[in-house]
Amino acid sequence: MDATIAALLTQDGLTNGSIYCLLALALVLVFAVTRVIFVPQGEFVAFSALTLAAFEQNKLPGTVWLLLALAAVAAFADVLSRWREPKRMLRSIAGTSLPSALAALLVWGVASAQMAFSIQVLTTIAAVTAMGPAVYRLAFQPIANATVLTLLIVSVAVHFVLTGLGLLFFGAEGVRTTAFTSASFTLGSVSISGQSLLVYAFTIFLVIAMAVFFKFTLFGKALRATAANRTGARLVGISPNFAGSLSITLSAAIGAVSGLLIGPIATIYYDSGFLIGLKGFVGAIVGGLASYPIAAGGAIFVGLVESFSSFWASAYKEVIVFTLIIPVLLWRSLTTTHHEEE
Amino acid sequence: MKALPVTKILVLAVVAIIALAPTIAPAFYVTLLNYIGLYSLVALGLVLLTGVAGQTSFGQAAFVGLGAYTTAVHTTQYGWSPWLTLIVALAITLTVGYLLGLITLSMGGHYLPLATIAWGMSLYFLMGTIEQFGGFTGITGIPPVSLFGFSLEKEDHFYYFIWIVVLAALWAVANLLDSRPGRAIRALKQGTTMVEAFGVHPGRTKTAVFVIAAVLACLSGWLYAHLQRFVNPTPFGINQGIEYLFMAVIGGAVSVWGAVLGATFVTLLKTWLQDLLPKIIGEAGQFEIIVFGILLVLILQYARDGLMPFLQRFVPVAKRALPDAGDRLQHRAMPPADEPVLTVEEARKTFGGLVAVSDVTFNVNAREVVGLIGPNGAGKSTCFNLISGALEATSGSIKFMGQELIGQPASAISKLGLARTFQHVKLVATMTVVENVALGAYLRGSKGIIASALRLNKVDEAAALAEAMRQLERVGLAEHAHDAASSLPLGKQRVVEIARALASDPILLLLDEPAAGLRFAEKQQLAALIKTLKGEGVTVLLVEHDMDFVMGLVDRLVVLNFGQKLAQGLPEVVQADPAVREAYLGA
Repeated sequence: MDATIAALLTQDGLTNGSIYCLLALALVLVFAVTRVIFVPQGEFVAFSALTLAAFEQNKLPGTVWLLLALAAVAAFADVLSRWREPKRMLRSIAGTSLPSALAALLVWGVASAQMAFSIQVLTTIAAVTAMGPAVYRLAFQPIANATVLTLLIVSVAVHFVLTGLGLLFFGAEGVRTTAFTSASFTLGSVSISGQSLLVYAFTIFLVIAMAVFFKFTLFGKALRATAANRTGARLVGISPNFAGSLSITLSAAIGAVSGLLIGPIATIYYDSGFLIGLKGFVGAIVGGLASYPIAAGGAIFVGLVESFSSFWASAYKEVIVFTLIIPVLLWRSLTTTHHEEE
Repeated sequence: MKALPVTKILVLAVVAIIALAPTIAPAFYVTLLNYIGLYSLVALGLVLLTGVAGQTSFGQAAFVGLGAYTTAVHTTQYGWSPWLTLIVALAITLTVGYLLGLITLSMGGHYLPLATIAWGMSLYFLMGTIEQFGGFTGITGIPPVSLFGFSLEKEDHFYYFIWIVVLAALWAVANLLDSRPGRAIRALKQGTTMVEAFGVHPGRTKTAVFVIAAVLACLSGWLYAHLQRFVNPTPFGINQGIEYLFMAVIGGAVSVWGAVLGATFVTLLKTWLQDLLPKIIGEAGQFEIIVFGILLVLILQYARDGLMPFLQRFVPVAKRALPDAGDRLQHRAMPPADEPVLTVEEARKTFGGLVAVSDVTFNVNAREVVGLIGPNGAGKSTCFNLISGALEATSGSIKFMGQELIGQPASAISKLGLARTFQHVKLVATMTVVENVALGAYLRGSKGIIASALRLNKVDEAAALAEAMRQLERVGLAEHAHDAASSLPLGKQRVVEIARALASDPILLLLDEPAAGLRFAEKQQLAALIKTLKGEGVTVLLVEHDMDFVMGLVDRLVVLNFGQKLAQGLPEVVQADPAVREAYLGA
């Protein structure tokens, strides 16, 4: 291996690592607020890339049907559980089903009018983000206080459902979206693609945006309060359902952006999200599902390991990633003190 | 102990159905039942490991693969007998399970599930790459098992073999859970401090449970190889590992029959969906995975603890007969009155720069009741934790019956005759009152996991339960023996903790704020109980900040403030001490 290849692999690793990093942050966020290990995170990534690809091919994205299905079932669930209190029922429908329905309408409009690329991108983000409230309402809200294990199993089940729906609405074909920029720069003997730079820039931007959100906004503080102490947050008037819904919606938005960033780099199938999400999960776990900066570092580490091992032993790529994780886990586990509940 | 009649009838009915199935059910269902049996074994291991002991594992499929490949390679390539390969497979699993358990179980929280994914994937990949294992095409021509010269080649015959193994495993695991080591396993979820205080070694117990789950998975793999007569790596991947966890959780990961129920439910549901959906919808797609996922979500939303606890609600619970109280366990020699039992000298505990306990010296003599009091933050509880071994002192000396305690783990200290209660009650909510108390007698029994699983522990077990009953009678809670511990009011739960501590036959009883949160009448009863215990020869050290409760009860008081000893002596003298008054009233 010479310096050029090493630089190329590093660039590759950093690019993938940045995307894993975004997902790791989303996973930490959802876990801290809801205790759900959010396995379906990867599906948002895949759906986002698939939606944009359909726009580019002048097809109606399957997202429309997915959103309509979510909206219909969520509305049905609200009517079923809250028909005795019409006011609360309508408020719940307005918060969960309405965004999905509106997003479906928006996607349909943008697709039939064949609008500009930038509008397609924004619509994609809006459409995937709108799935968040419905997913939370349908799957997690009814069992918000169950054990972590039960929540995990439900989370895996939701992943199955979304993957199945993905196949149904998007088909089995893989897609690759056009790059946002074809520019490339040379730094010494190394060429850096504009797309990679865009990924880094977006990752840094999102990390800073999240930091600002959590530090300076009321909603961000509400989420942090819920993560620190659910009962306490509730006592000061933060609805746990609202916090849970908001955290999953945010993670859907992060997934949507990640999907747009990874779309031009890798071929995305309806089920590609799982492995991408799993690597984000590895990064998140390295951070103990608690620390944002360590989770980000862990995710970038995963990206680098993956990139270098695919050079040395491409068939063993996934295995090397997962085996190398064990010593890291051991080290993290031994250096974190576990506080027993008193 | 007699089983409940209704439950007994249900169990017999299930066994009868299993016995008759091959004669009535179509061949297709016999095949399904074979697989359900194999899955049940793995799920049973997960019930124990994940449901009861609280350790989530995605890697069980890898152990199934270990069992299957060991026998496949040795029977086809070396011509060994399947019975010999069974022993080899079990030996390999014991070793691998022990080593993996040693490494991964020391990881707390969420590190463990991810680690199981990691080694599950590695082992799966290994099976696919080793040349001798036939790569991803696998190994064919595995011979059938024969028993006493009778070949179990036909599926119906092997069916009985599989289900006898499954029923035996269910019996053994149910026995284990209802025994001395079983109570320790069931208490693991409660955290380590409590079990250590009664002499249980949490690390060793967890590893043992992990190995049992691995052995059950390996057994399933060995059976699988001889049922299929062919193996390849596919059924041992991470997806199957997730599915096993599904089975355990859907079935209800707290009861052994939940494993069978979960395996049956998941297997039948998947088969039927694959069968029915294309007929209804008319095209092949991934509809079954969508419907399967939605059903799982709905089941867990309506029966979040799984199907078994949900169904159990419809079965009337008959009261078990109370065990007879009896005094059949060995006692230690109690020291004569006034002999020093506990001597604390210059004990010091610092947390970074904070000195929580600063060179405190006091002693407790046999058959005395000594109160350790002081305002909030005085260092009482820290001092208490130093004595019980929950914290280690920075310097000084703490001697119990002449033995130095500093540096010894809590489990060793409890062996010397020191038992404690907790400021925040730590009872195992899923166990009955009498089982909780019997946990206190852990160190007075000796029967281990294997003896308990095979029910060779009858004398030992009866003696432990009789002792637990005796302690419950002693504290006046005998009528609650079979109630769930969590159903009692706080005051009674505190008394159950005292009974549990007494079941360990302690020389010194450490009570951590026993009166906190009690009503007036309950406090009076508690004080009367402590006086009775004193009369029976028990030495008591109690931490308290309720002065009224302490005054009429103790022989001597030790007052702490800001980590230092402020005064000690007779209650009246201490009460009159101006320094003590100032500390309490700030005047």
